[in-house]
Amino acid sequence: MSIEQEVEALKNIPLFANIEPSRLKLMAFASERLVFKQGQELFHQGDAGDAAYILIDGDADVSVDTDDGALVVANFGKNDFVGEIAILCDVPRTATITAKSELITLKITKELFFNMVMDFPEMGVEVMRVLAQRLEHTTSRLTEARNALREKGAS
Amino acid sequence: MEPELFKYIWRHSRKDQIGILILVLISMPFYFLSLDLPKSIINKAVSSEVFSDPAATLPFMQFELPYGEAIFGHPVTLFEGFMLTQLPLLLALCLSFLSLVLINGVFKFVINTLKGRLGERMLRRLRYELTDRILRFPVLHSRKIKQAEIATMIKDEVEPLGGFIGDAFVTPVFLGGQALTAMIFIMVQSWWLGLVAMSIVLVQAFLIPRLRKRILTLGRQRQMTARALAGRVAELVEGAIEIQSHDTTNYERAEISSRLGKIFSIRYEIYQRKFFVKFLNNLLAQVTPFIFYLGGGYLVITGQFEIGTLVAVLAAYKDLPPPVKDLINWDQQRNDVQIKYEQVAEQFQPHGLILSEMQQAEKERGDPLTGKVEISNLSLVDENENRLLDTINVSFGVGQNVAIVGNAGSGKEYLGLMLANLVQPSNGSVKIGGKPLVKLPSAITGRRLSYVGQDAYLFPLSVRDNLFYGLRNWMLNDNTAEPIDPKEIERERSEALRTGNTVLSPNGEWIDYKVAGIADQTQLISRVVDVLQKVDLEEDVYRFGLSGTVDAEYRPEIAESILGARIALKEHLKVIGAEDLVIAFDPESYNKNATLRENLLFGTPRKNDYAGDNLLSMPILREAVQKAELREPILNMGVSIARTMVELFTGLPPTHPFFEQFSFISADDLPDFDKIVKRVDKSGLSDLTEADRQALMYLPFDYVEARHRLGLVTEEVERKTLAARVILAEKLVTKDPDAVEFYDPDRFNSAASLQDNILFGRLAYGRAEAAETIGRVITELLDELGLRSDVIEVGLDYNVGVGGKRLSGVQRQKLAMARSLIKNPDLLIFNEAAAVLDSQSQNRLIPAVIQSQGDRGLVWTLQRAELAAHFDQVFVMQNGRIVESGAYSELSTKGKVLKSLIAAE
Repeated sequence: MSIEQEVEALKNIPLFANIEPSRLKLMAFASERLVFKQGQELFHQGDAGDAAYILIDGDADVSVDTDDGALVVANFGKNDFVGEIAILCDVPRTATITAKSELITLKITKELFFNMVMDFPEMGVEVMRVLAQRLEHTTSRLTEARNALREKGAS
Repeated sequence: MEPELFKYIWRHSRKDQIGILILVLISMPFYFLSLDLPKSIINKAVSSEVFSDPAATLPFMQFELPYGEAIFGHPVTLFEGFMLTQLPLLLALCLSFLSLVLINGVFKFVINTLKGRLGERMLRRLRYELTDRILRFPVLHSRKIKQAEIATMIKDEVEPLGGFIGDAFVTPVFLGGQALTAMIFIMVQSWWLGLVAMSIVLVQAFLIPRLRKRILTLGRQRQMTARALAGRVAELVEGAIEIQSHDTTNYERAEISSRLGKIFSIRYEIYQRKFFVKFLNNLLAQVTPFIFYLGGGYLVITGQFEIGTLVAVLAAYKDLPPPVKDLINWDQQRNDVQIKYEQVAEQFQPHGLILSEMQQAEKERGDPLTGKVEISNLSLVDENENRLLDTINVSFGVGQNVAIVGNAGSGKEYLGLMLANLVQPSNGSVKIGGKPLVKLPSAITGRRLSYVGQDAYLFPLSVRDNLFYGLRNWMLNDNTAEPIDPKEIERERSEALRTGNTVLSPNGEWIDYKVAGIADQTQLISRVVDVLQKVDLEEDVYRFGLSGTVDAEYRPEIAESILGARIALKEHLKVIGAEDLVIAFDPESYNKNATLRENLLFGTPRKNDYAGDNLLSMPILREAVQKAELREPILNMGVSIARTMVELFTGLPPTHPFFEQFSFISADDLPDFDKIVKRVDKSGLSDLTEADRQALMYLPFDYVEARHRLGLVTEEVERKTLAARVILAEKLVTKDPDAVEFYDPDRFNSAASLQDNILFGRLAYGRAEAAETIGRVITELLDELGLRSDVIEVGLDYNVGVGGKRLSGVQRQKLAMARSLIKNPDLLIFNEAAAVLDSQSQNRLIPAVIQSQGDRGLVWTLQRAELAAHFDQVFVMQNGRIVESGAYSELSTKGKVLKSLIAAE
């Protein structure tokens, strides 16, 4: 797979959809393409976060550690961007990501990410937009959950 | 040290000085004869009127007493000579002139050589003595001096002494004799004129030294300022980080400039005064003939003096100024070196210099230390009257393990230093087994005791040499590695003895392995591994070993084992399904995980000409690339890379870190390549200049397809690269067979590291955790094959760099501790030796060291009081006193100082 294909993959990611192709190419060139085998972990809950990953091909499970072992809480697939929270706000990894099949990723190190955002503010704005959307999404789901709980309590 | 240079010279070289003097005296008559002879050749053999008669003869080798006629009124003939006719006389005189020239030449040669040898010998002695003193400096003094200054003294400041010493006695005697002869001669002629000449000389002798006094003071200042300059320059180098990070370069420039200004004015004043003295000297010398002409002329006119006598006096006076002038010059030189000597000597007599008897070379280690360490009334006061230690009274068994704790200013560091006999007490004493430590020779304190401070020094040698450094106490055997002529050895020996140097050879066998508990070489590695494990350094040395190289010729067994590991690794990776992590070097294929350069050379360069970018300028490579028709493909790769770089990096600020990290082209060169790319886009490759082509062709050599992913390594590039590889190898084998060690699946590569040899390929890019997995697998494999100790053995050859700078601070301390542990000391003193280690590591280290010392003693001054829990006995210090002592369990209770120290951490 050459860098041109990676740029194509990046274009399909909402976070980078509005960014100039030449910037995406620089990001692809500066990042490491990393292939995980089925069952390999991208990172583990509680680790210090040093990089985010863009999934170019393949599927991954998101799991959290519980007393009964790992619990899969979500799935990620092609064109998803994972692990950005830990590099944005310096918290330990909040979940474990495991490759479900052979998984091709672009590893964006913290340094690279901040360099890109700093040099290309349009990227920063885009990151903000995506995070805000996620927050909005999370909030509405929280509201739903509260309502559901209240209904459950009322009944 | 002798305070006066002349006493020093006389004491150590009187025999040689007298010998040279005698030789000079013997040479004198020949010298005077050779001066006289040319006159005889002209006057007698060539133009003498006697020879108008061809049968006439004149005496040859007739010898008259010099000044005989003037003194006795008639010539005094000592030898009548042979009577010869004109031509034979000419021949005889010329031949004797020739032989005199020869004789004088030989005399001069021999005398100068002797003087030179004498000077060099004295220089060697002096330098040795000064270095010997450095070795005996008390450590607190050593901390205060600037290394560069002390090095300048030994290297440069004493150097002129060597040149002077040969002339120290010969010159004044010789010149003085000459001057005296002329003086006496004048005196004999005329008492009064003699008195005049003498008084002028006396005025010179009185006045000049007084004028010189200031010059001497200036000379002293010149030396001091120059030395301080050397010290400052060394500081600029040592403090480079601080200077640049604080942007104080301009302040430093100003500081240096002011120093140079001061040095300039001192030197300039010296010149002014020197030449004034010279002027005065010349003037005085010319005043004498003036008086002679005036006074002598008057005496002749008034008939009190014969004209012949006046001429003779004037002729004799001609001989007086040159030796006087030379004497004055000699005196100036004497003053100069005398100052240098005194200045240097003064710096090398610090208070508390260790007596040389204490360090006398001794073969025996001395008796084991037993009994008790008794510290009584021990005090240490520094030069500012600060009480660093205040009447300390404690005792403990030599074999105990003891912790000393306290705050930074508690004085525990000094107590540690004093226990190791590195600092002498101002009052009181430290006794071990009833013997005062200060009276014990270094053969005991340096071998039975061992000390590690908190910033231990490592020598720029291998790990092994540093580890065994403490066992080099005495030359065990003088078996120098290379065979040398026994006569040569004897010569060097006698020369060393003559100049007061030691005759021990550093190339002999010094390391006393038995002390380390190593009875023969087979136990060496296991003992080393044992000690390295104690200080937690074994893993590090193992890593050094993996990145180290081994020459298969000298260590065939290691090479063989590593080759075995290479095969085993391949199989093992297959078994665990990870064979895709390593892309092996295959002579038949292009390795996309390696650079184009590596694919072309397909080997490890042995010569620097073939390493890095140097390779690209080698004609041999260019020929191979040309022949394989690879030029054009490389050029195309270059264009693609340039195009991508221009696209990606244009618009980034030139200082952006991406340039450094990712770009093939520096920010400065980017515009040039932009132009080249535009030109190519417009009119193709044909329009490029040769310089453009060169620039483009350099780009692809570091290109790794798997990493950079630009899709440039096409089937054509692969095929042609393989062809070029074969051509290059053939050329190299015939033209420069030692230049490159080629990759060969079945052979050990002596130029590559052990790790590269095992791997024999490149880690695949883009495989998650490839490096970690491979590292772990290799370690497991080497353990399984029993090769770990071999790797460690290679790691022991790792050079630690100047001051150990190639190791981390923690590694340095660990190696220093291992260096002390391996000596099996009766009493080991660690003076905050592990302070750079984190608590967890210290908690592991301390029990390991205690266990290693067994029933031998250990005193450890700790930075963290809590760690005292590991020790039998604890001393707590405050303000230079011991305030608590006892077992940790007793002292770590409420209300105790130790408890509060622990709580404060």
